[in-house]
Amino acid sequence: MDLVEFLVKTVTIVVVFGLTLLIAMYSTWAERKVAGFIQDRSGPNRAGWGGLLQPLADAGKMFFKEDFIPALANKWLFIAGPSLAMLTALLASAVIPFGSTFRIAGHEVALQGVESNIGILYVFGVVALGVYGIMVGGWASNNKFSLLGAIRAASQNISYEVAMGLSLIAILMMSSSLSLGEIVAQQHGMNWNIFYQPLGFIIFITCSFAECNRVPFDLPECETELVGGYHTEYGSMKLGFYLFAEYINMFISSAIISVLYFGGYNYPGMDFVYGQLVKAFGTETGHNIATLIGTAVFFGKALFFVFFYMWVRWTIPRFRYDQLMNLGWKKLIPLAIFNILITGAAVLFLKPVITSWLN
Amino acid sequence: MQLTNRSKQVSNKQMTLAERAYLPAIATGLAITIKHFFSKKVTIQYPEVKRYLGPVFRGRHILKRDAEGRERCTACGLCAVACPAEAISMVAAERVKGEEHLYREEKYAAVYEVNMLRCIFCGLCEEACPKQAVYLRHDEFVPVFTERDQVIWGKDLLVEDMNNRYTREAWTKEEARALDAKRARGEATNVVPRAIP
Repeated sequence: MDLVEFLVKTVTIVVVFGLTLLIAMYSTWAERKVAGFIQDRSGPNRAGWGGLLQPLADAGKMFFKEDFIPALANKWLFIAGPSLAMLTALLASAVIPFGSTFRIAGHEVALQGVESNIGILYVFGVVALGVYGIMVGGWASNNKFSLLGAIRAASQNISYEVAMGLSLIAILMMSSSLSLGEIVAQQHGMNWNIFYQPLGFIIFITCSFAECNRVPFDLPECETELVGGYHTEYGSMKLGFYLFAEYINMFISSAIISVLYFGGYNYPGMDFVYGQLVKAFGTETGHNIATLIGTAVFFGKALFFVFFYMWVRWTIPRFRYDQLMNLGWKKLIPLAIFNILITGAAVLFLKPVITSWLN
Repeated sequence: MQLTNRSKQVSNKQMTLAERAYLPAIATGLAITIKHFFSKKVTIQYPEVKRYLGPVFRGRHILKRDAEGRERCTACGLCAVACPAEAISMVAAERVKGEEHLYREEKYAAVYEVNMLRCIFCGLCEEACPKQAVYLRHDEFVPVFTERDQVIWGKDLLVEDMNNRYTREAWTKEEARALDAKRARGEATNVVPRAIP
């Protein structure tokens, strides 16, 4: 890796990091705005233009609240909990391909933090680690309700991770690659996986709702049953970290959904735009501008799914815990296995037929 | 006994496959919520936009003056007696020579105080007043206060300012109801708010 490549990578990582934080920050604003709009209100609109300074005001408030650690809590783990949640939430953004490639001085650098050939495995590994943040936080607070909430959250996350992984296998069978960049590149030209894997998509998005602890699967935050769930004892910025991590998770999973099922940075008429841009600006600048447009499209898709998360939040009521577990183990996992079988059969028998017919 | 015509027969029939799959129901729900996303907002931006509270709304108190600027209150104490919360207290004084332009009756309230923490804005003082002196404004609330010494409102805050008189379209409930009825029939347009003479 030479200097130019290194610099572009560094800038990409910093920008992605900053953007993730910024989007998570404004997701809190958007959440309240969307909530307001859906309930025929106008949402926060006092701080700044249309309430745009509201996240800053909230953050300021959180910072100045008393930072309290219960006397019988395990102090180090109590602090480690929210940090872990935040860390694991942010780690996953490293392998997401935000665009195709940048051409700078003859170098072709992918617009992706780390070009890993096992990208999706990495994402799953990191997401699975997210459970630790919740579990450690709930255990360290030395509060029965927190522990119960944490156990619920952890078992929910683990249960839905199984179905999520299984629904993904079908995609991997089609793309025969674990690299996120490769999966996106294969969806070029409206070959979006959503058209081939509608069932897998439904399973995947349901599981991502559960993984992000979002409504209708926000059982860990059941204020009526368990006071407040795993973060009952948390206040100030530690609670802020937990809540913030949820919003980061939401954005990351939206990005993953658009990468896996909605073609990432691909959009219809992409080749035409690319040709026009190259003709107008030359191979280097034109290519870079096309990449930026693709990135904008990617963020559009990801943000749509962030909106979708909020939209669903105000539509579907919360599941009961046994319903949640039933859905995860008895419905989604068998469905995901069924989907794998169908996909396998299609890849084995249908694909050769269609390919020969098309040729 | 049937109370409404909206009652439905409860049934325990098995759900169909589409119903058990939830997805059609979820899609319907999403359609409903997104419709609300674009619908008109009902919020009233309060400090900037104030809603008309109606002619008989009971807000902050006012001690009326008459057309010549004389205080109407004769310190009879009927308002204080009528007050269920015992929020009103007053000290009466006798009008001396040369004060005829200040007080309409021979007796007047030297001190008239309303305890705003006790007041429940029931409007019984209004109804008890034989001199049409006490009113609860229909267009203004008691402003928010944070200090103890702002709780008791004296005559300095209560007595009407002649340069900015308190006017209403209707001064009694009967008048207000008659006006409402006229409006409903479409007869009343442009009712001019007036101060009671």
